[in-house]
Amino acid sequence: MSASHTPEPGSLRAWLLSDSPASAWQARAVRLYIGWLAFRRNPLAVAGLLIVTGLVLVAALAPVLASYSPIDQDLQARLQPPSATHWLGTDELGRDIYSRVIWGSRITLYIIALVAVIVVPVGLVMGTVAGYYGGLVDKVLMRITDVFMAFPRLILALAFVAVLEPSVENAVLAITLTSWPPYARIARAETITVRHSEFILAVRLQGASSWRILRSHVMPMCISSVVVRLTLDMAGVILIAAGLGFLGLGAQPPTPEWGLMISAGRQYILDQWWVPTMPGIAIFVVSLGFNLLGDGLRDVLDPKNG
Amino acid sequence: MVDATAPLLDVKGLNVSFRTPSGVVQAVRDVSFSLGRERLGIVGESGSGKSTTGRAILRLIPPPGVVSAERIALSGLELQSLSEREMRTIRGDRISMVMQDPKYSLNPVMRVGEQIAEAYRLHSRAGRREARDKALEMLSAVRIRDPQRVYRAFPHELSGGMGQRVMIAMMLIPSPDLLIADEPTSALDVTVRMQILAIIDDMVRERGMGLVFISHDLNLVASFCDRVLIMYAGRVVEECRASELAAARHPYTRGLFSCLPRIEAGKKTLPTLERDPAWLA
Amino acid sequence: MIEVSNLDVRFGHARSAVHAVRGVSFTVPRGATFGLVGESGSGKSTVLRAIAGLNPDWTGDVRVGGEAQGRSRSRAFYKRVQMVFQDPYGSLHPRHTVDRALGEPLRIHGIGDIERRVIAALEAVGLGRAFRFRYPHQLSGGQRQRVAIARAMILEPEVLLLDEPTSALDVSVQAEVLNLLAGLRSEHALTFVLVSHDLAVVSHMCDRLAVMNHGRVVEELTVDALRTGQATQPYTRQLIAASEGYDRETARGLVDYV
Repeated sequence: MSASHTPEPGSLRAWLLSDSPASAWQARAVRLYIGWLAFRRNPLAVAGLLIVTGLVLVAALAPVLASYSPIDQDLQARLQPPSATHWLGTDELGRDIYSRVIWGSRITLYIIALVAVIVVPVGLVMGTVAGYYGGLVDKVLMRITDVFMAFPRLILALAFVAVLEPSVENAVLAITLTSWPPYARIARAETITVRHSEFILAVRLQGASSWRILRSHVMPMCISSVVVRLTLDMAGVILIAAGLGFLGLGAQPPTPEWGLMISAGRQYILDQWWVPTMPGIAIFVVSLGFNLLGDGLRDVLDPKNG
Repeated sequence: MVDATAPLLDVKGLNVSFRTPSGVVQAVRDVSFSLGRERLGIVGESGSGKSTTGRAILRLIPPPGVVSAERIALSGLELQSLSEREMRTIRGDRISMVMQDPKYSLNPVMRVGEQIAEAYRLHSRAGRREARDKALEMLSAVRIRDPQRVYRAFPHELSGGMGQRVMIAMMLIPSPDLLIADEPTSALDVTVRMQILAIIDDMVRERGMGLVFISHDLNLVASFCDRVLIMYAGRVVEECRASELAAARHPYTRGLFSCLPRIEAGKKTLPTLERDPAWLA
Repeated sequence: MIEVSNLDVRFGHARSAVHAVRGVSFTVPRGATFGLVGESGSGKSTVLRAIAGLNPDWTGDVRVGGEAQGRSRSRAFYKRVQMVFQDPYGSLHPRHTVDRALGEPLRIHGIGDIERRVIAALEAVGLGRAFRFRYPHQLSGGQRQRVAIARAMILEPEVLLLDEPTSALDVSVQAEVLNLLAGLRSEHALTFVLVSHDLAVVSHMCDRLAVMNHGRVVEELTVDALRTGQATQPYTRQLIAASEGYDRETARGLVDYV
């Protein structure tokens, strides 16, 4: 936070604060750096970023960090309290809870990444196409969006997974089915505000095709709102995924999925509290991290703040 | 408290600065002027500090802006010593401000007549009926032909010129001693602009109101005001009678004048303004 | 170069339709500069947008370079006709660098040698390569307008449509931009159509002008006639009088022309 006002010439900081960048790459770096300077002024957002980065690191380094296999059972050592050998204790089948929570981060990350990869493009395309063309196209696409929005999220997901077989992938599919409409709405709203702006007219006057205008001129304007929304939604996605796991409709045993772990451990909550509590804390911390990060990103990225 | 011999507005050594992440920006530097019951123009390009000067007088500079001045006195009353509450009374009763775009200054969900009446009631404790009559009277004073209809209109139903008339009516209803008009006609067509200026002109002549007219338009200020301050980079570089503006001495003023295209002039290349770093000294 | 006859533009449908342009006709010879003057709502910008093909709801006859234009325009049309907008803050994409903004038209038209052309275009408008990788928010209003002009010029068009190109700029910057436009015009033998509310700007730039009010051309005259006070229509005369600065008597005598 000790911001010296004039960076030394030749330093990395000067390069990052340059007002006449020498390459497209530097221009982008400068923009990111200035965004970062604004972002780091918000300590809660930085905490959120640390948690999310932590999640990614833990998932990447799971084999190194975990001290036991997440699925090997040791029935002699079942329901052990936290100790030096089992840091977070063991569950009803004698599996090391710490290792299971660590490996579980991979599944959580897998679920949210899969949701993001499906939801964002679908929402962006639906929303920008509807907003840009307007008229009948808009009406049809938005009614479709409304139909999907009208389903209660968890119930649709339950029905969907019940029809197909319960698995992580089907849980993701069920979540995305009900998650994309808000993105389409955001993208449509942003598109409508820029559709008649002069910079869009200017590319039309260069003879650009509609798809080109949508892809390289309209969509970049929607990205920041979508990213903010996505980050804030991630907490909800994690909770639904955990909920499906809890109900036995998501990940299947012996997968170390956090919701499933809580579900299996719930009968021990009074005597061996750590069994359901540890994965619960993991869910809580990661959801909180995404919420904090999303709030911070909104402050930096929201175009209404300049 | 009110000194009859003191000028209506006396500003001395006004400085305004803003802290930004890249350092302190000095928006207004050591500006001094005084104003009687006359029309004073403040002319400058964007970033010259002219609007900031107008806002600083009304103490409308939000943080991180810092205002300091030796004196900002209204008829001898030092405005800097007043509490925020006393200042609010001054802002409504004695000094009014008209901004460039009336759309942002009017409440969008309230009928304009009611807004004007409310402005009157706030300062006079008049009854509803009286305020309504007064508002209608004010609307006709700004030459709105059908005041009854406009009274009932919402801001979005008014054209730009009409909205600016309503704004002026609202600002003038407490009969202020001083009106600060920040580019009040820049967004308007020339004919509407003339009509709005004529209304302000009448108010100055008939009510003895003082006017600070902030504008980028040199020709307009030269023809409308009595006296002109020319601002450049936060400083007043020249002060002269408006009628003598064409014969200004400062190279910046002369440069501004000569780079204006004119109907009667030919199609030669326009002289451009060479900025001399010495002007900042 | 440009022939417009009996141009009519309507917005909206049926009873709520706004008749924005009514029977406008004019001709601009190659290399000339034609001005459209009027107050807000006079339809002057709408005429320009109809020529540019930005507005499909028009009837009449629009010819550019002798070719009749339909509702939609070919890519080749945009290589010949480009436009500069009023608001330098709105006409550049806020998330694209200058380099990307200038390179985009070249990429759309499949023109190679992008880097050299971008740098040349920047130098032609007096900016230089230091500006190449800046974002619009790092530029002043005048610099943005120069970038917008460079973008319009990079396809080497024959016609430039100028929609109030300097009305958002300070007078000293306006002078620089007008000089730049005049220089480009003589260098590339460009044909200009200039829309402005400012009679002084129009008379500085144009050969002929049409004064518009409520969608109609009130009067078409040469700039010399304007300069020597030969305007015949009362609306034109009033516009000229009001443009000359504040005058109490003039202000009293203003009339609304419908």
